[in-house]
Amino acid sequence: MSQVTLYTNARLIDPATGMDQLGDILIEHDKIAEIGTIKDNTGLIETVDCGGRILAPGLIDMRTHDVDSKSASAGGITTIILQPDQKTIIDSEDEVERICDRASRKSSVNVRPMGAATKGMKGTELAEMGSMLAAGAVAVSDCRASITNARVMRRMMEYATHFDGLIVNFAEDPALAEGGFAHEGATATKLGLAGIPVEAEVTMIERDALLSRMTGARVHIALVSSAAGIDAVRRAKAAGTKITCSVAPHYLHLNDNALEGYRTFAKVSPPLRGEEDRLALITGIADGTVDCIVSDHDPRSEDVKRLPLAQADAGIVGFETLLALSLSHVHAESFDLMTALKAMTTTPANLLGLKAGRLAKGAPADLVIFDLGKPWVITDTKLKSSEKNTPFDTLPVQGKVWQTIVGGAVVFNS
Amino acid sequence: MSKDATHKDSYPRAEVTLPNGSHFSHKHLLGIEDLDPVEIKVLLDQADIYVGQSRQRNKSTPHLSGLTQINLFFENSTRTLGSFEIAGKRLGMDTVSMSAATSSVKKGETLLDTAVTLNAMRPDVLVIRHGDSGTVKLLAEKMDCAVINAGDGRHEHPTQALLDALTIRNRKGKLHGLTVAICGDVTHSRVARSNILLLNAMGARVRLIAPPTLLPKDVERMGVTLFTSMEDGLKDVDVVMMLRLQQERMEGSFLPSLSEYYRFWGLTREKLAFAKDDALVMHPGPMNRGVEIASDVADDLEKSAIQEQVEMGVAVRMACLDVFTRDRRPEGDIA
Repeated sequence: MSQVTLYTNARLIDPATGMDQLGDILIEHDKIAEIGTIKDNTGLIETVDCGGRILAPGLIDMRTHDVDSKSASAGGITTIILQPDQKTIIDSEDEVERICDRASRKSSVNVRPMGAATKGMKGTELAEMGSMLAAGAVAVSDCRASITNARVMRRMMEYATHFDGLIVNFAEDPALAEGGFAHEGATATKLGLAGIPVEAEVTMIERDALLSRMTGARVHIALVSSAAGIDAVRRAKAAGTKITCSVAPHYLHLNDNALEGYRTFAKVSPPLRGEEDRLALITGIADGTVDCIVSDHDPRSEDVKRLPLAQADAGIVGFETLLALSLSHVHAESFDLMTALKAMTTTPANLLGLKAGRLAKGAPADLVIFDLGKPWVITDTKLKSSEKNTPFDTLPVQGKVWQTIVGGAVVFNS
Repeated sequence: MSKDATHKDSYPRAEVTLPNGSHFSHKHLLGIEDLDPVEIKVLLDQADIYVGQSRQRNKSTPHLSGLTQINLFFENSTRTLGSFEIAGKRLGMDTVSMSAATSSVKKGETLLDTAVTLNAMRPDVLVIRHGDSGTVKLLAEKMDCAVINAGDGRHEHPTQALLDALTIRNRKGKLHGLTVAICGDVTHSRVARSNILLLNAMGARVRLIAPPTLLPKDVERMGVTLFTSMEDGLKDVDVVMMLRLQQERMEGSFLPSLSEYYRFWGLTREKLAFAKDDALVMHPGPMNRGVEIASDVADDLEKSAIQEQVEMGVAVRMACLDVFTRDRRPEGDIA
């Protein structure tokens, strides 16, 4: 059966071209067939009236630790980039294929893995980057482990240039960070927590930038958390470095005060930093220093969260709050809607070599339709994620997903 | 050193006296941070009464008999545990001490399960020490009875700060207006944090003196003045509080050696000479002689209040056990 659907009366936003206009979009099978003002002369095509809601490319979430596709689709996410830190580390061609296979059978959203940068993510020997990229991996990364050894990083970058591979590094010098889990500052001092200095992040960004200029490889900083880190990226970009970076919404919303009362749901890695850092990240998005917004979705059960702060796991669930939390800065006029959407669609697509992330004839019909202004309250028990570890329970937000469409099929409908 | 003098000491706000027998506004004693000057004074005044009781031939009273006190210590401790045990027994409580050796209680589920299990035994007060900051608060959320923090990680050790304050008040007659230097390993010290909070609340001026590696980041925002030199920092202080060097936490990069530490930051007679002539020397114990303090300073009964601190410790803990179990006892049943 040929599946043709016409979405009418939508505010079409395409960050790839900067288009923002009222119009219609025609989906044939799993592709976008036409964009503009479309009349159904036959009267036979299934038509959906979007009621003026925004229709944009589905979100591409560049950093997630769990497939959790029900939650992803509810968050308007159509492609998730799975990190290699799975039960079996994704560090081989076979493992990449297995993940892609399993996702195509079980997941309602697209899943593409990042391969491990080094074997077993141990930081010493290069993993088979070429084979993994050929099998469907979109980049390489050691996930939560920084690639510390400068010689390994240098060789990896040199090697990656042949494949135009993207190396994603978690910027945290393990020696400076050792034993710490909170932002080294007044809050950690008062609460008696072991801190991680901002400099742990900055030294690693500076080194990666240096090696990237030396080798010409593309490097992406996984989660920048500090003002000094943003400055380092900004300087590197100005010097012509092929460096990009991401932030996650919780770093834009919370500072280290969230740890008061030893709230383990605010324990994340890298740690939530000071207020000036939070503001600098928002500025970084506005001025283009920050390229992508990611969820860092990481479900953790109560068993590993209801613990003393030092022993509790880091991580929060982020799929269903990614869009709304990002939009709250749009509503606050900290950055504009196009910038926010671009950081979650076109830019990650371009970095990872994906066809999605744009509204164009022939592009995959991966779409999100959402109400920009609709208010709702984040409620942990109502989340569809496998675990409910969010620090944003009871937070009122604006902007709600109406429909999520993957490959032409509706996978979430509010 | 008369009793009247001690009572006129403190911060003006603390001059309000709560009507005798009124219930304390906190269920648990988790830290000095939760206490206001009036509440601190109530605890100190009550402790003063128990100092007298502890000096009599008959040290025990049956005021709290029938109540159960459990001491749950996840970290090794001799003096604090002993102090709480004696305090409970002098009040007539049934006191049980459990040393949850770190081997048996390691995982978090077990930790919360332990709390639930103990709660089912219906204790009236639970005294907890744990090696991780914030853990006592976490456990307190599961308990129906009063919980007293006997030290959590680097966070707080409220009864230590109270006993230090009581010692100072008895020797100096007041707290407000005094300049107190806290010297040594501030980074790893819960004693330092509780003392900073308490002394600031009561109107004392607090200085920290430590090697730069042992001063935590932004600690000046707790309302203290920082010094790295003993000579500068000790100038004209009324009280010198030494901290124990947590040798087990040093791991190489904080200090090159203990002897070098002693040379620059150990309290010797020469360094003490920079303080006021009548400066009081304190140490929470156990002392590393020849590391943070010279033996002749520690043993000088004129200047050193170290033995007195231990005595005040029992009295302060009696006061805390008394005050925090008041809502479990009939109206008017005040020790």
